[in-house]
Amino acid sequence: MLKSTGVPEREQLDAVTPPASRRSKGPVAMFECFERIPCDPCYHACKHGAVKEFLDICDVPEVDFERCTGCGLCVVACPGLAIFILDETPSDHAVVGLPYEMLPVPEPGQEVTLLDREGRELGKGEVSQVSRPRVGSGTLLVKLKIPKEMVQDVRSFRLERGTP
Amino acid sequence: MFRTELAVVGAGPAGLSAALAASECGVDTLIVDNGSTPGGQLVKQTHKFFGSKAEHAGTRGIHIARLLAGELQRSPQVEYWSESTALGYYEDQVLLVEREGRAHAVHCDALVVATGAAERHMVFPGNDLPGVYGAGAVQTLMNVHGVKPGERVLIVGAGNIGLIVSYQLLQAGVRVAAVVEASRYIGGYAVHASKLRRLSVPILTSHTVKEAHGHEQVERATVWQIDETFTGVPGTEIEFEVDVICLAVGLSPVTDLLCQIGCKMKYVPELGGYVPIRNENMQTTRSEVFVAGDASGVEEGSSAMLTGRLAGYAAAAYLGKCPDFQNKRAECQRALDALRAGPSGQKVRAGLSVVVSMEAGTC
Ligand SMILES: Cc1cc2nc3c(=O)[nH]c(=O)nc-3n(C[C@H](O)[C@H](O)[C@H](O)COP(=O)(O)OP(=O)(O)OC[C@H]3O[C@@H](n4cnc5c(N)ncnc54)[C@H](O)[C@@H]3O)c2cc1C
Repeated sequence: MLKSTGVPEREQLDAVTPPASRRSKGPVAMFECFERIPCDPCYHACKHGAVKEFLDICDVPEVDFERCTGCGLCVVACPGLAIFILDETPSDHAVVGLPYEMLPVPEPGQEVTLLDREGRELGKGEVSQVSRPRVGSGTLLVKLKIPKEMVQDVRSFRLERGTP
Repeated sequence: MFRTELAVVGAGPAGLSAALAASECGVDTLIVDNGSTPGGQLVKQTHKFFGSKAEHAGTRGIHIARLLAGELQRSPQVEYWSESTALGYYEDQVLLVEREGRAHAVHCDALVVATGAAERHMVFPGNDLPGVYGAGAVQTLMNVHGVKPGERVLIVGAGNIGLIVSYQLLQAGVRVAAVVEASRYIGGYAVHASKLRRLSVPILTSHTVKEAHGHEQVERATVWQIDETFTGVPGTEIEFEVDVICLAVGLSPVTDLLCQIGCKMKYVPELGGYVPIRNENMQTTRSEVFVAGDASGVEEGSSAMLTGRLAGYAAAAYLGKCPDFQNKRAECQRALDALRAGPSGQKVRAGLSVVVSMEAGTC
């Protein structure tokens, strides 16, 4: 259970996964935010109106996936680092976009060890892009090229040397 | 004698917000803090704050401190004394402040006490070994002075502070062996716990530290499982090779000054300990004394800013300088109610229900 392990359950994840029809069209955000806590920066970060306005600051975000462009502004704004970008449109791989706040800063082309929600190693992937959007207080948006079948599992990574 | 209309003790988010609100109403304000830079807890918080965007959520704590301190600087009516400790407050409305080795008497017409909260300790064999730290000390070393507290850390307590400090340790390149938590559930927000799990940090609920071992300093920690009665279960011991044990087992409001003043206090476990009885305007049973932030009950940065602002306006109204007080009050209260509305606010709501009382003065 999420509140005793820190790891969301399959059913919780299924409920927030963007529909396959939307995923096949291009990058889209997945919000892994399940708990009613007072927090609203994602709503303010989204420039496309994809995060519905919070009537109550404790609401969990409700996302209009058709409006979401997968731009990643919410990914770097979220204090909980709970938002990820999924792109399943490339033919031979998938891309996952993650918030990253560790040093050293990864470089495009660098090989990384892919980790799941429990920090278990899944295999190798490659950094495809590193960006530092103007919002987000310096949190980086790191995009990783990963095997297609891992798109629902890769949520973190470790650089080959020098990171925890 | 130094004279000011309002004296504020504590330059954390609550005290800074109180000073800003009062000065906005034209009240001459002196704010004193024993730290070297304004911000209180904020100067150690390198993570992005959760909470309300209107109260700077999504911004890192250190940057919120700078924002508030910048506003303070632009406010000609506020004087700020750093490295100054309020020692006591007397019948004749004199606050005694130690500054640069000298005692200064400050006469004020109203006082806001925003002294924050202090960490709790925990009893176990070896807890006096060097290497056993409070989470605040770990943060001060690491985030204020840039000094690593050790190489491998065991965190005790999975509330938000324990989870956040664990993450900050990882960022500093320190290994976190595990987070242990006595309760069956993670007390902090799930997102903070998930962040750690993704980085391979185990979180052991229903576990606590049994003993710390080492000669000159911590070298090892024994952790064991505890049952429903919070008693250790023999045979479940796990050993961790660590050189730091970081305790994040809760905070208690710092209320010595309020006690000394003679404000009526009440022990409210949901708010972290002894807190002053006050009315809805943060006014205590001593009519010119107001309270704000964690000193009024342990909550969060967003609520500290709001109770601070409320106390600042209320103090201004008490001094006859806030004609629009009812509207300003309602605005702060609405935002506070919203923050405390969810399940995470349940404890605070329960605590406030017994401590906010008309017994306290009316402004
Ligand atoms: C690890 C951690 C993470 C946190 N994360 C978040 C978060 O993400 N979001 C959030 O909303 N909140 C967060 N908080 C909580 C938030 O930091 C506090 O609730 C908030 O700082 C309380 O503000 P305050 O002004 O009441 O007290 P403080 O910030 O504690 O300030 C009190 C000040 O008063 C000074 N003082 C005390 N006594 C005296 C005296 N006698 N004379 C002079 N000065 C005195 C102290 O030195 C201090 O500077 C976090 C706290 C911690 C520890």
